[in-house]
Amino acid sequence: MTNQTLAQYANLAVYSAMMVFTMAMIAFAIDLAGAAPKASAATEIRKEPALVGADTSGDPQSYPVADDDRGPARTRKAAGIAMMLTRLGGALLIAAAAMRGLSVHRPPLGNMFEFALVGSMFVVVVFVAISLRRDVRWLGLFVIGPVLLTLGMAITVWYTDASELLPSLKSVWLVIHVTVATFAVALFTIAFSVTILHLIKTWLEAQDPKQMSRIRTIVNTALPPARSLDRTAYGLHAVAFPLWTFTLIAGAIWAEQAWGHYWNWDPKEVWTFVIWVVYAAYLHARATTGWSPRAANYLALAGYGAILVNYMVVNVYFVGQHSYSGM
Amino acid sequence: MTQSRMDTRPDESEVTQPTLGPVGMLRWAWRQLTSMRTALFLLLLLAIGAVPGSIWPQRNIDAGRVADYLVSHPSTGPWLDRLGFFDVYSSAWFAAIYLLLFVSLVGCVVPRSKIHWRAMRAQPPRAPRHLERLPDHGQIEVDGAPEDVLHIARDALLGRSSVGGNPFTRRLTRRRARIRCEGLTLSAESGYLRESGNLVFHTSLIVVIVAVAAGHLFGWRGDRILVTGNSFSNTISDYDTFDPGPWVNTEGLSPFSVAVDKLDVTFEEHSIGAQRGAPRDFTAYTRTRSSPDAPQIHQILKVNGPLTFGTTSVFLLGNGYAPVITVRNAAGQVLMNEATPFLPQDANYKSVGAVKVSAASPKQLGFFGFFLPSEYLDKDAGPSSFFPDLKNPALALGVYEGELYPQGRPQSVYTLSTERMTQLKNARGEPLRLLLKPGQTIQLPGGRGSITFDAVRRWAGLSVRYDPGKLLALIGAIAALGGLIASLMIRRRRVFVRVWPAGQRTVVSIGGLAKGEDPGLAAHIQDLLAVIAQRSATKGSGTRI
Repeated sequence: MTNQTLAQYANLAVYSAMMVFTMAMIAFAIDLAGAAPKASAATEIRKEPALVGADTSGDPQSYPVADDDRGPARTRKAAGIAMMLTRLGGALLIAAAAMRGLSVHRPPLGNMFEFALVGSMFVVVVFVAISLRRDVRWLGLFVIGPVLLTLGMAITVWYTDASELLPSLKSVWLVIHVTVATFAVALFTIAFSVTILHLIKTWLEAQDPKQMSRIRTIVNTALPPARSLDRTAYGLHAVAFPLWTFTLIAGAIWAEQAWGHYWNWDPKEVWTFVIWVVYAAYLHARATTGWSPRAANYLALAGYGAILVNYMVVNVYFVGQHSYSGM
Repeated sequence: MTQSRMDTRPDESEVTQPTLGPVGMLRWAWRQLTSMRTALFLLLLLAIGAVPGSIWPQRNIDAGRVADYLVSHPSTGPWLDRLGFFDVYSSAWFAAIYLLLFVSLVGCVVPRSKIHWRAMRAQPPRAPRHLERLPDHGQIEVDGAPEDVLHIARDALLGRSSVGGNPFTRRLTRRRARIRCEGLTLSAESGYLRESGNLVFHTSLIVVIVAVAAGHLFGWRGDRILVTGNSFSNTISDYDTFDPGPWVNTEGLSPFSVAVDKLDVTFEEHSIGAQRGAPRDFTAYTRTRSSPDAPQIHQILKVNGPLTFGTTSVFLLGNGYAPVITVRNAAGQVLMNEATPFLPQDANYKSVGAVKVSAASPKQLGFFGFFLPSEYLDKDAGPSSFFPDLKNPALALGVYEGELYPQGRPQSVYTLSTERMTQLKNARGEPLRLLLKPGQTIQLPGGRGSITFDAVRRWAGLSVRYDPGKLLALIGAIAALGGLIASLMIRRRRVFVRVWPAGQRTVVSIGGLAKGEDPGLAAHIQDLLAVIAQRSATKGSGTRI
């Protein structure tokens, strides 16, 4: 039933994507390293407060990394190459997912390898989509890095031969529930990266720029202001959370059809619920005046921790009705 | 500062509570419980409290694994049991968390709804004197009289385009805003739907919780292992296990019946490695009647396709083998002829079961052992199965004689209670083991008769569920999602416009104030100014009052 040749081509596409992403990552890193002034570091650093202060009105849409009073904006050749490579890698991942799906005559959402593949694909697609509207070249390294890591795990640890599905997974809800879940996780992943960057930037902004080491100066210069990072992270979470709510509801509808009850306290259901509750707490904390954005952001990080547990621990080690890891 | 749930709630606690009497204490406790800080704390507690249920086995899911755990952890097991770690979701402490959260939810929704109701009917506030001091502000000078410009501003605020367009697109661009007009000043407030969505979300969660409770109280679950060729009807006595909610009327079950004629099962044969033998398809061919007098209908029951009778659904949740076994006495009389379901123990359907021959005399006979769909002899594990489908079916049984039902106690049909039975031995004094292939007959030693393995049939594990709350839960969940999206995407804004004459021209000043962060507000004000500038230029003066 399964077309193993096509599945081999899909794997080949994944390997190619990983190579392309490695190069993209290097290019992004080179670009970030160039964020700091090259010639006379000392004079440039003094201008830093002005840059930070100037942009607190914080429209991330128009945030230009090097658009300060240094004169002409630096040409960011490396970032341009990196973005091109990212798009190429994204196209390769789309091809890989499509071929994997064609090889088994179903959506490629049936086991750990396929979740990782499609999840990575969504992360890259979302990143590229955002990059069409805003300048997010500063984020590239922190999006492509996790993607590369996930793909590496997928092809080595989580790899599962292309094969048909268990009967309980043969349902239209597989497409609805798992696609949205994977997409939501992709958004949460990008939001997680931005949240971490926000915490780093907040920490850097509290320091005296004159006393900063060179590496901190680079990071500080390369990142948008903390306020803007915070707003981006919140926006991503605000989109991902309703999608996760939908995942929960669609999963319950499917569970009702496949297992007879919409809620069975299966480990996977428990963790999906835990993730939902933690992110709900995050949104509530954001809406409460007594909480600083930083404290709320720790909740968001906890939520992402729960996502990682849900995917990497629950799928593999916990016994339940979602035991489909295929390993 | 007290952390109340909304910024608009009147802060009256300090005024009405000079001393804390009993009522004051209650009020204080209520305030604490319904405060956002407590709600957040309870939410996190709920998340943490749910986790143990995924780590430790749960009785309501797999009682067998709980028993195993208790045996292998004699010191910690009983303590975990006492703390409810094996019944997390019905434990007192978990109930305490979600009930407090429920109360907190009600305590949040009710006063907020009142305030929102009033806010929706109230006029927007008066414009502040200095619009330029608001967080977002813009000012331009345009042609025309102040009254006309103000009118244009009003239309622009409402998204009304004075230029053409079909009614549908005009409707789309129309903004819902409440406007207050005083002299040459406008106050507009929009985004009430944000709070409405928020309230719908929280109210819907209450609905979902009520629906879950209703399902728990009035719902029931019945399980039945049904060998192909047999039928069962929806009465308690026909179920192997029946688990009703506390308020279920067990007399009033809907009188449908289901017969399973055939069960088709497919396993992965082509793949090698871990996927080999994985189930691929289960299809049960059934005949059903919704009541004893109703016509018979042929229906297909699949794993993701339950049968439904009103609000009761029949699910196909398991399958296995039921070898047909005939036991005769020495005279050749049939003592028993039955398809006996065996329970699968592993992925290759090595199944255990017991055959109980109570008609045997002088002593009753019992057979206990394995059914193996694809039999081979494993060096360590003994008779085993290498594939879940019927490639080399065999029965491996031990034989016991004695009393099958000591003191008439109830016992599992899948195991033999051997306390009052002795195992038969072969000539060398070893326990007698029978290995039967389909069609084979083996004579039992000592003139005890014979056992025949006639054929193999399959059984379908049917689970019947009735949950009157599930539709309400679904409606509640969908409403919650809608409310959530509205509350996250809609912005609550106040926009103030003031115009005043400057010679022949008019100055327009617009200030904006948002609740929470609203990065789009500045752009919105710039858009408004641009629209006003454009329209006043094209219109000229004196066209409208």
